[in-house]
Amino acid sequence: MNDETPETVVVETSQEQEAPSNVAGEQPAPPLNVAGATPHIVADDVTDDLKILLGEFEGPLDLLLHLIRQEQVSIYDIPVARITDEYLRYLRVMQEMDIAVAGDFLVMAATLIELKTKMLLPRDPSAVQEEEEDPRADLVNQLLEYQKYKAAAQMLWSRATVEQAVFKRAELETDKNNPEVAVGLFDLLKVFQDILARHKEEVLLEIEREEISMAEMLERLRNMVMSTGELNLRVFFERARSRRELVLAFLSVLELVRTTEVKLFQRETFGDIIARVAT
Amino acid sequence: MAEEENVNPPVDDEAALNEEASRELAAMVAEEESAAAMDAETPDDGPLAAPQNQAERSAVIEALIFVSEDPLSAKTIAEVLKEDKDVVNQTLNAFAEEFNARNGGLQLREVAGGWQFATRPEYHEHVRTFLKTRPSAKLSIASLETLAVIAYRQPVTVPEILEIRGVQSPSAIKTLLDKKLIVAKGRKETVGRPMMYGTSKEFLLQFGLKDLTELPSVEDFHDLSGGS
Repeated sequence: MNDETPETVVVETSQEQEAPSNVAGEQPAPPLNVAGATPHIVADDVTDDLKILLGEFEGPLDLLLHLIRQEQVSIYDIPVARITDEYLRYLRVMQEMDIAVAGDFLVMAATLIELKTKMLLPRDPSAVQEEEEDPRADLVNQLLEYQKYKAAAQMLWSRATVEQAVFKRAELETDKNNPEVAVGLFDLLKVFQDILARHKEEVLLEIEREEISMAEMLERLRNMVMSTGELNLRVFFERARSRRELVLAFLSVLELVRTTEVKLFQRETFGDIIARVAT
Repeated sequence: MAEEENVNPPVDDEAALNEEASRELAAMVAEEESAAAMDAETPDDGPLAAPQNQAERSAVIEALIFVSEDPLSAKTIAEVLKEDKDVVNQTLNAFAEEFNARNGGLQLREVAGGWQFATRPEYHEHVRTFLKTRPSAKLSIASLETLAVIAYRQPVTVPEILEIRGVQSPSAIKTLLDKKLIVAKGRKETVGRPMMYGTSKEFLLQFGLKDLTELPSVEDFHDLSGGS
């Protein structure tokens, strides 16, 4: 189970505005609405994965902070029983949905239950005089600390937003930033030679002479590029069955580049050379 | 084979022409170089004249910042001008103030330890229309929180980040590393020798920060999130 919550950035305020209405509709609570959030499944546009959005909580501390705010209680005087119940209800929903609850959430649940027990126990009468430490102190400090970094994250978010609206001098066009020109004639020749060398090693068993013309080869390359939009030249060259065909294949690549029907580029230095339909 | 002939001749012609052209050019270049060699003695030997006055100094600095791809540090400028770094710094600050007072489309600003011209954010819509770009994907909240912890606590280890955030953040850390916003800063000499992380120069660039001291103090955030 991935412990990171969704990759979507949601502005905090929406969460706060929703909270009151949820508190009001508490009693007949629909099972999937908890802690002011509606867990739901979304498809990730980029990766095609299904993601489960469990509200906007980044972890147990985030959820706790939200519950504290929702219940409108002081962070310095947390009603442990109430908050614990809400917290466990949230975890239950996760389980109902058959989601493996992230370990971190369970650890916090255990901490809360332990706290709840401690708060229920009567204080030791003999120790009344001494200033007894609040069992919640550790948790409160952790929450306060986390809250600071959560706010810092918001500050970074707004800084990044402003910074995205600031444009710097464009980088000079060099081969480094322009993969389309990064394929030189020599790169192309090298691929060609690799293939040629490989062909040499193979025992040639020519059964019949199949003549293919330059025009046919051009047509083949065009079809192969057009059908997929992109074509790894290695694949194209490997289809050639004779030296003659290879030479024609090579020439047809040069020709299509010359007539700007295709563009060549590499995804990485020394990577395969890819032909793409020029737009 | 008829088609082949149709296609090939232009290639040959072009190649032959190109070859001819480059031969011709090579001859011209050689001529030019020998001529330049004769002239060279006078201007090349003497040292670059230092700017005569403040105005000229500003002008040279402006030119240097303009051509620099990355933010240009005062140190580098001082080296080029062969001037004292303090003088350069003084000039830079005065010039930046003067330049920014114009309220034009550009700003001269200090970022990641150097100076850079950048557009003003107000005009981003037009710039974006022209460049045909869209804002790039933003970091997730998880990544931003992790980044915040790293920025303020660096060098910081994964267990320390876990302690503050209350959740494991391996994928957030990986994202930040992939985006080069953070860098590994060696191992901490403690149990398990965990890796320590800190922010990178890229972080300063992407968040438009002069240096780390420009980050507001984390203690100031105490009351902002409205928890109490």
